[in-house]
Amino acid sequence: MPYKTETIEPGTELLTVNMGPSHPSTHGVLRLILTLDGERVVKAEPVMGYLHRGMEKIAENKTYTQFIPYTDRLDYLAPLSNNVGFALAVEKLLDVTVPPRCRHIRVLVCEMARISAHLLWLGTHAVDLGAITVFMYTFREREVLYDFFEALTGTRLTTSYTRIGGLTRDLPSGFLDQVGRWLERFGKELDEYETLLTKNRIWVERTQGVGVLPLADALELGVTGANLRASGFEWDLRKARPYSGYEQFDFDIPIGTTGDVYDRYLVRIEEMRQAVRICKQAVRTMPGGPICVDDPKLVLPPKEDVLTRMEELIHQFIIVTEGFEAPRGEVYHAIEAPKGELGFHIVSEGGPSPYRMKIRSPSFINLQALPEICVGALVSDVVAIIASLDPVMGEVDR
Amino acid sequence: MEHGAETARRAVDGLRAAFGDAILGQATFRGEETLFIDPARLVEVGRWLKESPDFAFVYLVDIMATHWLEREYQHEVAYLLYSFKHNSILRLKVRPAGGGDRVPTVTGVWRTADWHEREEWDKVGVVFTGHPNLKRILMPEDWEGHPLRKDYPMEGIGA
Repeated sequence: MPYKTETIEPGTELLTVNMGPSHPSTHGVLRLILTLDGERVVKAEPVMGYLHRGMEKIAENKTYTQFIPYTDRLDYLAPLSNNVGFALAVEKLLDVTVPPRCRHIRVLVCEMARISAHLLWLGTHAVDLGAITVFMYTFREREVLYDFFEALTGTRLTTSYTRIGGLTRDLPSGFLDQVGRWLERFGKELDEYETLLTKNRIWVERTQGVGVLPLADALELGVTGANLRASGFEWDLRKARPYSGYEQFDFDIPIGTTGDVYDRYLVRIEEMRQAVRICKQAVRTMPGGPICVDDPKLVLPPKEDVLTRMEELIHQFIIVTEGFEAPRGEVYHAIEAPKGELGFHIVSEGGPSPYRMKIRSPSFINLQALPEICVGALVSDVVAIIASLDPVMGEVDR
Repeated sequence: MEHGAETARRAVDGLRAAFGDAILGQATFRGEETLFIDPARLVEVGRWLKESPDFAFVYLVDIMATHWLEREYQHEVAYLLYSFKHNSILRLKVRPAGGGDRVPTVTGVWRTADWHEREEWDKVGVVFTGHPNLKRILMPEDWEGHPLRKDYPMEGIGA
């Protein structure tokens, strides 16, 4: 579509302003070409691609396992969630079901990633509107989460935690207890963030009735995740098409009413609470058992066996050098990532790599709503609207 | 079992009854139904699937174009449709005949197709005829070629 524009009085002098790609409140390298009539936005045109790395082309030239580190760099605020999404899509192609403990750990890390991603969103969103304090509080807790991720995967950001058919390693000792204790504390932290913002008069006036995304538009534009739910539509893949055992967990889906910036704020805050609920259940009910499927042609054997047995050595050699054989076919699998529906659409012609893989990125499609809802807004509200849609450019540009 | 598989199968039967010769083939893999559609009838079929209350495939999830070498068609475009009402997923596919690269746009049916189609044109070079703003979206405006084509080298051209 040509970008939506507002009708203007004849003789009006319009001003074109370039915002980004390097701008503190475009959350990465998003560029907007704004056409302004005074303080009001007449047209907003997003320009993307500054972070384009050709992920899909790379995928065609890597084995499935080799592509896992690239998924860390999609939505780099929730790499664990991307790892899980990709592993599930490939496992669907292979028709593999992972053991219960693996499924449970995946749910736990996905929800921890969701909290971490939402904490960054909340902190930066508040900074964009001038409230620096919130940022300090959310980053303190995010740091705790990053310590957990480091204990679990060895790194803070580039986790690469899943493997096709399982996980890289089991939970470290004492991990669940520590996470459990943190979850207890974090619930109270959330209440504290709310005391800073929810009824704060400046916050309310800057966000209520701003950047309204009507439900009909949200659906037409394919918006997903918290942005869709804030417009009042109850759609969450964790409930609607449960994967990785989400059907065993008890949680609610918060929805908004008007679809303004404030509603998107409330929905994400509540999503963090629900994520805490899910994490607590996951910690409490964590089953024992293996973390990988028992298939020597798919999953690397234990190191001590590789060093002492011929068969295992061969398997390890083949998996590492050639990868595993996938059947021919085409699958799509999506998860409810922190930003919305993250899908991997794989065409396989057999062999160890996809023939073609499309990454259905929630941020990219959600961003399509930006030019629609910016029109008519004040230029200072554009900052609030971008932050409330919560795009992450690693995933938009891929 | 794929969620809503029953609705997808009903949609396949319904489409066969309503459009007959526009349905060129069918495939099922891992519970996902795929229908091959005559590109000329794509928009009609899409609108029918979206507007018919029995199916209500109102949400276009994804568009993926694939480039093929040494086949009777060069391009294949897959459309993934969701029905919220029936929690069902269905894939439509078109293959422009004679090695063609033109497929009619579905932006008139699903507005979300706008950026999907721009992206697939940018990467693979499928021309979505009738698209109101078909320009590059991820690659720079002055880029030459379409990097996800199979004859486009991994290292790039002239790099």
